[in-house]
Amino acid sequence: MTAVLRARQLGKKYRRGWALTGCALDIPAGHVTGLVGPNGAGKSTLLNLAAGMLAPTTGTIEVCGGMPGSGPAQLAKVGFVAQDTPTYAGLTVADHLRLGARLNPNWDDALAHRRIERLGLDPGQRAGKLSGGQRAQLALTLGIAKRPELLILDEPVAALDPLARREFLQDLMEAVAEHGLSVVLSSHLVADLERVCDHLVVLVAAQVQLAGEVEDLLAAHHRLSGPRRDPATLPADQQVISASHTDRQTTLVVRTEAPILDPAWTVSTVGLEDLVLAYMSRPAEAGPGRRPTLEVLR
Amino acid sequence: MIEFHLDGRSGVSPYLQLVQQVRHALRLGLLREGDRLPTVKDVVTQLAINPNTVLKAYRELEHAGLVAARPGVGTFVTRTLTDATLAAHGPLRQDLRRWLDRARRAGLDDESIEALFMTTFRTTAREDIA
Repeated sequence: MTAVLRARQLGKKYRRGWALTGCALDIPAGHVTGLVGPNGAGKSTLLNLAAGMLAPTTGTIEVCGGMPGSGPAQLAKVGFVAQDTPTYAGLTVADHLRLGARLNPNWDDALAHRRIERLGLDPGQRAGKLSGGQRAQLALTLGIAKRPELLILDEPVAALDPLARREFLQDLMEAVAEHGLSVVLSSHLVADLERVCDHLVVLVAAQVQLAGEVEDLLAAHHRLSGPRRDPATLPADQQVISASHTDRQTTLVVRTEAPILDPAWTVSTVGLEDLVLAYMSRPAEAGPGRRPTLEVLR
Repeated sequence: MIEFHLDGRSGVSPYLQLVQQVRHALRLGLLREGDRLPTVKDVVTQLAINPNTVLKAYRELEHAGLVAARPGVGTFVTRTLTDATLAAHGPLRQDLRRWLDRARRAGLDDESIEALFMTTFRTTAREDIA
């Protein structure tokens, strides 16, 4: 597996505290990786570290085999569309393309103009007058025409209406199919991620809680429901991710590679959204090995 | 040419939905031998999904001997699923009807019948594996 992003003991501290701690992560090349987590979990910090916009406080991060932001060759390999898809409000669409052509050694001018034409963007229009969807598409055009190895997108679709969102993701996936670039994008919209991502990273409270291929993750998690019991009595290879109880019933989400043999459980699959939510709502201190205490919900 | 769609709430993974839609179309005769499946890029652009998902689905169909990829040309259907077993469905369907009638006469409502069917179905499926 060639890693497009590799982090070891990566940490970032701001004045108000640690935004990211002890982050160990391998993101394979050729995949579209979704980064999810609650607000303030450290998603933007991680993406900014990968793009070279921030320098780590501890540990190391390697992107496309180099140190982020270390020189022109490294910058050419990584495309970064920051949160809210920023563009230069005073510059026209054509100015943005000229800027892209001057600043990027691998710039694909034909591709950029083709996209602008197909999107129906007026080259003479100032970026500040574009709609949110159009601005996002302009930013994506710059990111794709740069022809990077890795394209990093920080919540690119958050501000878009459903139609603009779908069009944005269609164009992004088309670029992945055509140019084979790797993508890391953060989003709150798990339904979108389920379509476009084949790799997932869940970040909660400055730490990586879960990372892996979506299919593998879904296959390794199960929802168990059955008569009420203490999760501490489960086999050791079943890691409890979330637990809820009524006075008679217990419902668990567990992670295990082995089949569930206990006939007392009704076993069902866990969808991506529920899986992400189970990890996001897990108490921060409940790391591997810790079991949540039994409590009654009526 | 088949047109794919995705149901985000089905709980079935996107790649499996594509596989099932092809199998379904083959069974109904909507896809026949020699028909070309949409290119990966076409599916990706239409559905806004990951290209690897489409590739995985096509690989699985190829593995099942239903389609064959011809490099540079496309992926083509090599076999249909509208086979003789459809004729065998008739008696089975009648048996099932009779069973459903008996279940209703026993006072079971639709939900209970479905639950009974699904638990029995899963149990036997599990016993077959074991």
